[in-house]
Amino acid sequence: MKTREIKDFDYKYGFYTSIEADKFSQGLNEDTIRTLSEKKKEPFWLMYWRLDAFRLWKEMMEPKWGNVKFKKKKYQDISYYSAPIIKPLKGDPSLGTTLTKLGFSFEEQKRINGIAIDVVMDSILVASTFKKTLEDKGIIFCSISEAIIKYPELVKKYLGKVVNKNDNFYASLNSAVFSDGSFCYIPKRISCPIELSTYFRINEGGIGQFERTLVIADKGSYVSYLEGCTAPQRKENQLHAAVVELVALEGSEIKYSTVQNWFPGDKQGNGGVYNFVTKRGLCERQAKISWTQIETGSSITWKYPSCILQGDDSIGEFYSVALTKNYQQADTGTKMIHIGNNTKSTILSKGISAGKSKNSYRGLVKVASKAENARNFSQCDSLLIGNECGAYTFPYIEVRNSTASIEHEATISKIEEDQIFYCNQRGIDSEKSVSLIINGFSRDVLNKLPLEFAIEARKLLEISLDGSVG
Amino acid sequence: MGLLANNIYMLKIENLHVSIEEKPLLKGINLHINAGEVHAIMGPNGSGKSTLSSVIAGKKEYKVTTGIIRFEGEKIIHLSPEERAQRGIFLSFQDPIEIPGVSVTNFIRTSVNSLRKARGLEDMPIHDMLKTIRKKLEIFGMDKNFLSRSLNEGFSGGEKKRNEIFQMAMLNPKLSILDETDSGLDIDALRTVSQGINAFKSKKNAILIITHYYRILKYIVPDFVHVLYRGKMVKSGGKKLALDIEKNGYSWIKPV
Repeated sequence: MKTREIKDFDYKYGFYTSIEADKFSQGLNEDTIRTLSEKKKEPFWLMYWRLDAFRLWKEMMEPKWGNVKFKKKKYQDISYYSAPIIKPLKGDPSLGTTLTKLGFSFEEQKRINGIAIDVVMDSILVASTFKKTLEDKGIIFCSISEAIIKYPELVKKYLGKVVNKNDNFYASLNSAVFSDGSFCYIPKRISCPIELSTYFRINEGGIGQFERTLVIADKGSYVSYLEGCTAPQRKENQLHAAVVELVALEGSEIKYSTVQNWFPGDKQGNGGVYNFVTKRGLCERQAKISWTQIETGSSITWKYPSCILQGDDSIGEFYSVALTKNYQQADTGTKMIHIGNNTKSTILSKGISAGKSKNSYRGLVKVASKAENARNFSQCDSLLIGNECGAYTFPYIEVRNSTASIEHEATISKIEEDQIFYCNQRGIDSEKSVSLIINGFSRDVLNKLPLEFAIEARKLLEISLDGSVG
Repeated sequence: MGLLANNIYMLKIENLHVSIEEKPLLKGINLHINAGEVHAIMGPNGSGKSTLSSVIAGKKEYKVTTGIIRFEGEKIIHLSPEERAQRGIFLSFQDPIEIPGVSVTNFIRTSVNSLRKARGLEDMPIHDMLKTIRKKLEIFGMDKNFLSRSLNEGFSGGEKKRNEIFQMAMLNPKLSILDETDSGLDIDALRTVSQGINAFKSKKNAILIITHYYRILKYIVPDFVHVLYRGKMVKSGGKKLALDIEKNGYSWIKPV
C-alpha cells in the first residue's frame, strides 16, 4: 500500500477566549499550595493533605517507562492556578460564546439530551445545568471545590482512597495542586436518571490543568458519567495531569465515558497537550465499573483507566479507541486487578495509527492468589494507515491463582486499497472511505457510549482524519 | 439496430490497450453500448474480462496505454473511481471485499448520500431511505437481519452477490457491470437475483454482464454477446452466440 500523506487539519476547538483571569504567577512551592488552599477556603485537613502530597512529589522522579518520547516539563514554569473571573453567565458574553463554540446550548441540552453538564474552564467550574432534578433524588453533582466546603465528610472519606497521594509522580502533583474538578455522589439504590457530564477546557496559556474527579456510587446505585476535553491551539506544550477516582460500593454500577480531544499539536509535532492522567476505580462486592474512552487529541496520551476488583463477583470493563496521527503518541490501556472471587474483566482496545504517530496498548491483568475463578478476556486490535506509523501491544499478565482464566487476542491490520476502491466504486471519496472503515473498526467500542456521545465521537473520528488521505 | 446520427453512446470504448506492470492484458478493445441494451462478455478464464470491468470502473493498478473510454460522450479515463460512480457507473464485484464493523445499512446510506451530494442534492431522509431499503430487500428475497450485518463479513458467496445487486437497485446506476454475478449462486438464488435485475432493467439504463458461463444468460437475455479471448474481442453476435458457446465451448472460436 502506498503511503498516505497526512495533511494538517483544522483543530476546530483551537480558539482562545479572552477572559480576565485570576492567575497565579509561575512556580510551585509550599507557599503556592497554601495560597491556593486559602483562596479556595479549604479546611485545614485538605491543606495538610496537599502539602503532604507535595513533599512526596518532591522526592519522586518523573517516570520514563512509557513508550513515549517528550521534552521534560519544567514544573517551575507552570502556573498552577487560573480562574476565569466570572460574572453571572448571561452577563459574560465572551464566556457564553466559548460555551456555544464548544457546542453547548444549555437550553437545548436540557430539552433534548437530558444530560447534566458541568464545564471546567482552566481550573474552575463555570456552568452547571440540571441541578434541581438531581437534588430531588439526593444526587450530588457539583465542583469538587464546592463539595469540599459542603460535603467535607464524603470528600474526606474517599479522596485519595483509590489513587493514593503517593501513587505516582503525576498523581502526587495533582494531589498537591488540584484546582477543581467534579464531584458526584449517588445515594443508595438510586439510579441516576440523566447522564452526568463534565466538559474540561484549558483556556489560558502556560498553565497546567490539574482537575480532580471523584465519583461515589453508593450501594445498589447507578450512574453514567461523561467527560469531554478541548484546548486552544498553542505552540508550547500544556500539561494536563488529572486524577479520577471512582468508588463503586456494593452492587452499584458506574459507567465512565471520555471523549478526549485536547489539542494534538500541529503537523510538525509542535505544541499540543501532554495528557498524563491517573484514572482508577474501586469495585466492592457485585459492583461494576465500565471505562469507555475515545482518545483522539493530545500530543502525548499516557493513561490507564483501571479497576480494582476488590469485592467478590465484581466486574471491570475497559473499552478504548485511541487514534493518533502526525507526531502524536499514545501509550494507553488499563489495569484489571482481580482480588475478589469470581471477578470478571473485559478489555477491548482499538488503536488506529496514521502519519508518523505511535500508538501503544499497555495493559495489566493481575490475579491475586486468593482470587478464585477470576475471568479476563482481552482483545487488542490495531489498524495502520500508511507506512510510517507504529502500533505496539504490551500485555502484562500476572496470575497467582490456578483457577483463573485469561484470554488475550491481538490483531494488526492495514486499510487495504481494495477496501478503498470498493467504497470509491460506490461513489464514496477516499477520505470518507477511510473514516467509514475506521468507524467500522471502532464500532464495538463506539456502541458502548451513550447515544448522544457516540454521534459526537463518530464525528470526531472523521474530523481527526480530515485530509489524511493524499 | 439503426442508430441516429446524433446518438451518443452510453459507453463507447475505442481501441483500448491496458497493461499491468508492463504486461499487456487488453489489446485493442472496442465496445459500444446504448441505453436500454444488455451486453454479455464471455470468455475463458484469464481472457481479460475482469480487467475490462475494473478498468471501466477506474481501478488504479491498471495502466491504460492507448485508447479512449467515453461515458455519455465524456472521456473518463482521467476520472477517479468515485467520479465515475457518481456519473452512474456501477460495478458488481466478482469478489466483494469485507469491511468489518460497517453495517450494510450504514454503507448503503453513505453511498446513496455520496451520490446525491455529487448531484447537489441533500441527504435522503432516514425514513425514505429505510422505506426504499425495505422495498428492495423484498424484491431480492433477503432477510431484514442482513441489514445490520457487517458488509460482506462472513457472507456466503451467494449473499455477497445478492448484496451487490441489492446495492445496484438502491443506487440506480445508468451502467451496471455485473462481474461473474452468477458464480456462487445456487439455482434458486440465481433466479431471484435475475428477476431483480430484469425488474431493474429499463430503456434508460444498460447492463454489461461479464460471465464465464451461459446459465445467467438464460434468465437475463442479452441483446449482444461478445467473446473476449487473450485480451481481444474475437467475436460478437446476438444471443445465439452464447448458446453456441454453451454447446461447443470456446475452442471453436479462433482468434481473429
